[in-house]
Amino acid sequence: MFENLLRYRGGRYFWWSAVLVVACIGVFVTHGRAEPPNGGTWQGYTLGTIGAVLILWLTWLGVRKRSYRSSMGTVRGWTSAHVYLGTACLIIASLHSALQFGWNVHTLSYVLMCLVIFSGFYGLYVYINYPRSLSDNRAGGSRESLFAELYELNKRGMTLARLSSPSVQQAVVSSIERTAIGGGLLDQLLARDGSLIALGDGKPQPNPDQQITIDMVADLIPRSEKSQEVVALEELLSVLCRRQTILRRLRKDIRLQGWLQIWLYVHVPLTIALLGALVVHIITTFFYW
Amino acid sequence: MEPTKHVGAGEGGSSHYKIAIVGSGPGGLSAAARAQFHDAAEGVSTPSYVLLESFEAHAKTIQQYQKGKHVMDEPGFLDLRSDFDFRAGTREAILGGWQDSLASQGVNIRYGAEVTRIAQQDHLFTLTLGNGESLTADNVILGIGIAGNPRKLGAPGENLRLVQYQLDDPKAHSGERVFVVGAGDAAIENALGLAAQNRVTIVNRRGEFSRAKDGNLNAVLAAINDSSSSFDCLYETGVKEVIETPDAEHPLQITFNTPDGEKAFGCDRIIARLGGIPPRKFVESIGVEFPNDKPDAIPELSSTYESNVPGLYVIGALAGYPLIKQAMNQGYDVIEFIRGNLIDPADHPLLEYQFHCMPFLRPVNDLLELFQQRIPMFRELNSLSFRELLIESNVMVSYPEGPMFDEAQEKRDALSTQLASRNPKPRMPNLIREGEYLFRKGEYAASFFTIIEGEVVITEDGVERTLGRGEFFGESSLISGQPRLGDAKAASNCILIETPRRTMVKLMNSNEEVRAGIDWIFVVRELRRHFAPTADFKDLRDIALACPISQHKAGDVLFSEGEEGAVMHLVRRGSVTLTRSLDNGQQALVAELRSGELVGQMALMGDAVRRETATATVATETIEINRANFLALVGREGAQVDALQRRVSARMLAVSQMEVRPESGSMMRFLMGEGLGEATDTLIIDESLCVGCDNCEKACAETHGGISRLDRRAGKTFANVHVPISCRHCEHPHCMKDCPPNAIQRAIDGEVFIDDSCIGCGNCEANCPYDVIKLAYPAPPKPGLLQWILLGRGSGPGEEPGYQPSEAAKAGGKKAVKCDACMSRKGGAACVAACPTGAAIRISPDQFIELVG
Ligand SMILES: Cc1cc2nc3c(=O)[nH]c(=O)nc-3n(C[C@H](O)[C@H](O)[C@H](O)COP(=O)(O)OP(=O)(O)OC[C@H]3O[C@@H](n4cnc5c(N)ncnc54)[C@H](O)[C@@H]3O)c2cc1C
Ligand code: HEM
Ligand code: SF4
Ligand code: SF4
Repeated sequence: MFENLLRYRGGRYFWWSAVLVVACIGVFVTHGRAEPPNGGTWQGYTLGTIGAVLILWLTWLGVRKRSYRSSMGTVRGWTSAHVYLGTACLIIASLHSALQFGWNVHTLSYVLMCLVIFSGFYGLYVYINYPRSLSDNRAGGSRESLFAELYELNKRGMTLARLSSPSVQQAVVSSIERTAIGGGLLDQLLARDGSLIALGDGKPQPNPDQQITIDMVADLIPRSEKSQEVVALEELLSVLCRRQTILRRLRKDIRLQGWLQIWLYVHVPLTIALLGALVVHIITTFFYW
Repeated sequence: MEPTKHVGAGEGGSSHYKIAIVGSGPGGLSAAARAQFHDAAEGVSTPSYVLLESFEAHAKTIQQYQKGKHVMDEPGFLDLRSDFDFRAGTREAILGGWQDSLASQGVNIRYGAEVTRIAQQDHLFTLTLGNGESLTADNVILGIGIAGNPRKLGAPGENLRLVQYQLDDPKAHSGERVFVVGAGDAAIENALGLAAQNRVTIVNRRGEFSRAKDGNLNAVLAAINDSSSSFDCLYETGVKEVIETPDAEHPLQITFNTPDGEKAFGCDRIIARLGGIPPRKFVESIGVEFPNDKPDAIPELSSTYESNVPGLYVIGALAGYPLIKQAMNQGYDVIEFIRGNLIDPADHPLLEYQFHCMPFLRPVNDLLELFQQRIPMFRELNSLSFRELLIESNVMVSYPEGPMFDEAQEKRDALSTQLASRNPKPRMPNLIREGEYLFRKGEYAASFFTIIEGEVVITEDGVERTLGRGEFFGESSLISGQPRLGDAKAASNCILIETPRRTMVKLMNSNEEVRAGIDWIFVVRELRRHFAPTADFKDLRDIALACPISQHKAGDVLFSEGEEGAVMHLVRRGSVTLTRSLDNGQQALVAELRSGELVGQMALMGDAVRRETATATVATETIEINRANFLALVGREGAQVDALQRRVSARMLAVSQMEVRPESGSMMRFLMGEGLGEATDTLIIDESLCVGCDNCEKACAETHGGISRLDRRAGKTFANVHVPISCRHCEHPHCMKDCPPNAIQRAIDGEVFIDDSCIGCGNCEANCPYDVIKLAYPAPPKPGLLQWILLGRGSGPGEEPGYQPSEAAKAGGKKAVKCDACMSRKGGAACVAACPTGAAIRISPDQFIELVG
């Protein structure tokens, strides 16, 4: 019922691309001995034209994806074709260039295209693998429901801490108040935990994974003398541990979602750069041959 | 607004009027205005009528609309006939206009005059008011609407000034100590609205908020648990009394019975939202009869709106006419009728148009009578109901291709031009050619056809049957909510009435004969389809009468695994799941069966011990067939035993294949809980493919006026299957139920959609159990895609967050918006077409099993 991008219609566009690549190789091998493979031969022109058209079509995905009234195929079909034909583009452009490189705009175009394509590979990898991890990590809930649970746990933790000694109260309240989720781009992508805690001297210190708070409360339980306090501390501990789990999940959620999106910020701008380079490449080819 | 009081000369101990009008809604106002017109024309000095209103202003129902609500004047094709004006506009403008007319025409209205009792003796009515006063009248017009009066606290002090039963604007109060009594949506919404700027406690008689919608439930629980706010709740608490405490800090003191004993609190205001008392009891106490006990039953009325109590007339919403203009027209007409002036009702021209292309010319009223006589099932209807049925129906006339058809077509075109300037156009006669299809197999319409004249050929499973005058068809889809089972073709010289589903449902709910008649034919035809396709109608009628129809609520068990069974069920509406218990105690789902399928037939065809447990997943009705009836059916000549046995084997095979997947039971329960048991077309997202790009939502907004009708993030998830908040296109759409202008329709392909006649009343929003309808102002237009890509203008594709509607949009009022499954879009649903990864799909019932497995 559900199939991923690669399996769309039994991998129909894989076969299209394969045929295209084989045809292009066929063109390529007709290069005679007298004429070494090159962008300037008729074969070179043919391959170049195919490559350029492909790149324009691949770029058009950005428009098709947002042409919501279009009934020309589905975005999913387009994307499936995009990844296969995009990959084919790598081979076709390589044949076109015959791997002759130098410090010029032609090679720049090739390199940019490679970067776009390799970022595409990465994107495809995350598109196929991360959603399941995200879904498993949310365990039937959503990011909103995780935040809602965290909010409840925070309140419960604060209330319980107030029943305890001032030092526990200070530790728990400060660690809850200074829990950091998200943060800058890198913090998000690496799920870095910049949480702090203020102990006795009031100076904030790092509290990764809330471990200091948890250890402190766990340590206190066997030492406490009042049975009422033990009950409160035990409950506090379970709240803190649950909180730790939720925080881990949230960070993981943010991290995975970040990687799912960040690559497009490479893929798309590089595509624009590629289009620019391509135009210059074509113009110079024709005018300064 | 300062209501002026026009005291009738007759006020005092023993006042008598020719006509007493109860309730000053649009119906009552219009009636009073007409009565006043005649008084003025005849120059009588003391009014011959009185208009009694329980509220302190006129038209309470409309006073209670939201501030600034745009009131619409649907149905557009009906003309207004009233001495009061009414045109679409804001609530304030309309109420103000009526206020002025009340004063300028000198209408004899009494405010704060709740009629608590009406008794009749010797053709004289005695009306008793809330303050004990009484008056008499020769005729009574009841225009009290259906909103009912709010249920009071039921404790001493319930009528104190600061104990209120309605809250216009929560923002108008601040810094107060308020108790909100009640646990329904209105109570929760009021309490939360006040909580931001007041100290609020919500008082719940029970231990939980079970009557509230999900959204309100979550919001109130969150607010109660939020320790940073002062909002709290008293559970299992009732009100003992309220007293005024003028010298204390707070003007009121309220005492509760709580689980921990009595508790008293000072407060500034008490808001009780305990629902309304439907007016039915009151109406019945006068002697008016209702056809049955259904909550939406309408009193039986004559064509002059007179009830079975002579001299007592019923108009407006209480008479089953849910719109303002209809109520006003009836108010006018009813006064004329009482005065003996039998004018044609205001909707008369509508029927004239509908009858325009008849093969014979006769006055509308004669045709009405003739038609009614021709249909045995409708003969017993009162003429008002039949008239209403026709007005809401399509009249179809068939002619053979050729000069006759062309002539009729010309006539129709002429009428069409004559009415061209009217927007919307009244219903036109429907011309069809002989041999034309009325519907085809698989279409989703649920309209009901009756044959006045001519013949119709029905083809089902290859069997052809001809129906004639007085017979009806289309009942199968009407009851099951499923697509048409066969084709229907008009033969020669047909005159047909096609009645929309809603009208039929209303009629079946209010008329026992019609319900029984349709039910019975349904059973006969269903038995014939399953067991004896060639059987004669007559042969099956007695068996049909002997097969009871049983009703099951969602979750009811029809039979359990292991018990002995003696009946089988034929599902006629809803859905039933079959589960089998596994060794590890889990329940494995083995089948989901919808209307038209047999359940538990093995008990009669093989082993009597049930192998599965059958549970209704939604409100379900089944035809029960016991052994004797079964034998009578299959014992007949030409019975279809073979086919039946083949179907049983196929089922057994499917069942054994299903059983190997034990986890399927919980998945199915999840999906059923999400309403998929009654869904025809649902958006499902595979979370293991969804990259969260929201392109589905953006596509929805872009193709639907800038407002997304789906909320991807919201909704529940089980394993990796996510059911977002989005319309399920239910078999029997709950949203259609109380739509006053009948704006919610089902298209031939099954899409449930809302048309332009929506008046924004919010009934559908409240009735949809899946929270998929919202009321919204039209969104302003946005810069195009290229402008956004190249120039960065606008917020990009998708619904603009927190958009500001234009002034024109605001003046037009909010309208209900929901998914229409992109019925007019060529490439299918936009959400699915826009998903880059294939995570979003739409599924139909036959795919559930695949999804679960
Ligand atoms: C939210 C909402 C929005 C709506 N929007 C529209 C719209 O845009 N356009 C439209 O056409 N329709 C609309 N409707 C429907 C419309 O309000 C009703 O059809 C109409 O009010 C019915 O008129 P009525 O005269 O029958 O009764 P009502 O208007 O209900 O009036 C009944 C009156 O009787 C009084 N009364 C009741 N009991 C007694 C008693 N025992 N003694 C004395 N007086 C009594 C009441 O106080 C009230 O004033 C809407 C309805 C709702 C709920
Ligand atoms: C020269 C080659 C390529 C070009 C010019 C190109 C260009 C683009 C563009 C313009 C988009 C639209 C992004 C957006 O608007 O959100 C896109 C999306 C995408 N590309 Fe490429 N691409 C190329 C090759 C590839 C390759 C080789 C792959 C993978 C094997 C790939 C995978 C993707 C994916 C998965 C998307 C996301 C689709 C979506 O979320 O809608 N691309 N690409
Ligand atoms: S709006 Fe709600 S009730 Fe109406 S069809 Fe859709 S899901 Fe069903
Ligand atoms: S379009 Fe598809 S991938 Fe994107 S959010 Fe919607 S379901 Fe998920």
